[in-house]
Amino acid sequence: MALLELRNITKRFGRLEAVKEVSLAIEAGEFFTLLGPSGCGKTTILRMIAGFDAPDEGELFLDGKPLSGIAPEKRPVHTVFQSYALFPHLTVAGNIAFPLEMIGRPADEILQRVRETLELVHLEDKGSAFPHELSGGQKQRVALARGLVNKPRVLLLDEPLGALDAKLRERMQGELVALQREVGVTFVFVTHAQQEALALSHRIAVMNAGRVEQLDVPEVLYSSPKNRFVADFIGNINVLNCLVAESSPHGLRLNVEGLGEIAAPAHPEIAAGTHGVLALRPEYLRVGPATVQASLKNRFLGTVSEYLFLGDETVYKILLDNGTVLEALVANAAPGRARFHDIGERVQVEWRHDAGVFLLA
Amino acid sequence: MKRGFLLWCAALATYAFLYLPLAVVVLFSFNDSELNAAWVGFTTHWYSRLLADEVLLQAAGNSLLIALVSSSIATVLGTMAGIAMHRWRLRLLPFLVLTPVAMPEILLGVSLLLFFRQVLDLTLGLFSILVAHITFSIGFVAIIVRARLAGMDESIFEAARDLGASPWRTFTRITLPLILPGIVAGYLMAFTLSIDDFVITFFVAGVGMSTLPLQIYSMIKVAVTPEINAISTLLMGLTLTLIGLASRFAPELWRSKS
Ligand SMILES: Nc1ncnc2c1ncn2[C@@H]1O[C@H](COP(=O)(O)OP(=O)(O)OP(=O)(O)O)[C@@H](O)[C@H]1O
Ligand SMILES: [Mg+2]
Repeated sequence: MALLELRNITKRFGRLEAVKEVSLAIEAGEFFTLLGPSGCGKTTILRMIAGFDAPDEGELFLDGKPLSGIAPEKRPVHTVFQSYALFPHLTVAGNIAFPLEMIGRPADEILQRVRETLELVHLEDKGSAFPHELSGGQKQRVALARGLVNKPRVLLLDEPLGALDAKLRERMQGELVALQREVGVTFVFVTHAQQEALALSHRIAVMNAGRVEQLDVPEVLYSSPKNRFVADFIGNINVLNCLVAESSPHGLRLNVEGLGEIAAPAHPEIAAGTHGVLALRPEYLRVGPATVQASLKNRFLGTVSEYLFLGDETVYKILLDNGTVLEALVANAAPGRARFHDIGERVQVEWRHDAGVFLLA
Repeated sequence: MKRGFLLWCAALATYAFLYLPLAVVVLFSFNDSELNAAWVGFTTHWYSRLLADEVLLQAAGNSLLIALVSSSIATVLGTMAGIAMHRWRLRLLPFLVLTPVAMPEILLGVSLLLFFRQVLDLTLGLFSILVAHITFSIGFVAIIVRARLAGMDESIFEAARDLGASPWRTFTRITLPLILPGIVAGYLMAFTLSIDDFVITFFVAGVGMSTLPLQIYSMIKVAVTPEINAISTLLMGLTLTLIGLASRFAPELWRSKS
């Protein structure tokens, strides 16, 4: 049985449906992520789990027991707020001790647990500091420590890394994963940063306008997006408008106007004559001089129109002869060479017949 | 440069206009002469005369008592009103609470008088003064407490609930400590307002009841004696101290918004 279950949750604010018929089952010990653009209802879902808002329809279950009517302070669920929400008049130790004091633990146990938790987040020497004396990353850790100190069943994290700079953010991501593994508490993590979601999560629910578009493990989400929204939202992707010429268990044959035929992976539900797009990750594309003999089935000629040097990789934008622009990601593995093609150069783009996914337009 | 100079002159003139009369009062309270005319010599004679003035001491005692009691009650009620205004953002409540603050004192005085006499048929005296002072102080306390709350991250209070605190414990452990400086500042403001108030007190005091400002007024009707300078200086000192303290507790109220 799932630890936390949302069954057909709908939440309205006036006429706006912020969350629409969302059903989720989150397993114990999982690092579960709600990913989606701003305003898609992520925070609203967390607030319903925490107990600050009640769903208009549907029910939440923790350990199979309904949560409705249970006050926030009675739920074994804690939240790490985006603004951290540390108590400004209490020290770091006072902040972390707060949840323990609320459940009436004896003083010596509190002292012990606070010390252990400070160690867990590497803040041993900051116990007597006040929140305004801490850096952003340190505040972040205090908020985590405070949320974890009395071992909640679920820890909700609402864009906890949003306020940190890129470098610190990366480091905190690592710490977050390690921490979650160490304490074994179920995390429900909210972010609109897809890379962060892919890097941290066991499973991700991609949300759009109050609905869950796809729920999968990161790898599947990345390689097999179910629809255009997920494909566009996760990573970069090329789309080629096409018409299905033939659908068989061995693969699809697609017709692209002005280019010709493309071989694509099989898709049992798609029949010949369907219009759609082929979604191709930039790293699936291989770019080479136009003169070289083709080695793959899908091969097209084009001109380099732009390139972006990213350090470890270079992105080439290639204008195909039918006017479509494809992005190709080329690793700069060879030392001293970061640029293989110049703007205006004729090149060929090729990809394997089992690369990409066909999506309905 | 030139403009800066003119600005400075204007500022100086303004401050002089505001504070010179006060300075004169303070100066002449130490003047060894019955007349407020020329400086004769230094004395603390007028201050010791004050201590011997039974009627004046009685009035001062009344003022202190009224200020203490009315500001205490106004602080409790004003704090609750401030929290309520912040929490529920009702349209009518701020209007009700803040109207006495903006209302001309004379209007408030007259209406309270009519209310006490005509509607309640109350004997005017200590009690009516207390009620009147509480009425006009609540708004000030409420404004200060609300300003304090408005500057705070709302999620702090949700975090407390989230971490296991009941609404009441959230109030005592988080809300109250955080707004305490505002409450103290509000109390000091209410105290200052009460001890200085003349107009409203004048209307609702009735006969036989006197406060310090009322007493000073009745003394002035005879003549401005150095004794009045002395008592005014003391009152001024007390007021400035209280305002100074209040501004220490709630600096955001005295600082211009950036
Ligand atoms: N208390 C509220 N009253 C009215 N509308 C609200 C309220 N809370 C949220 N909404 C609306 O519900 C929708 C979802 O909001 P929510 O805060 O859940 O978005 P989010 O996914 O967390 O976005 P973000 O990434 O920007 O935090 C938004 O359109 C928002 O304007
Ligand atoms: Mg949000």
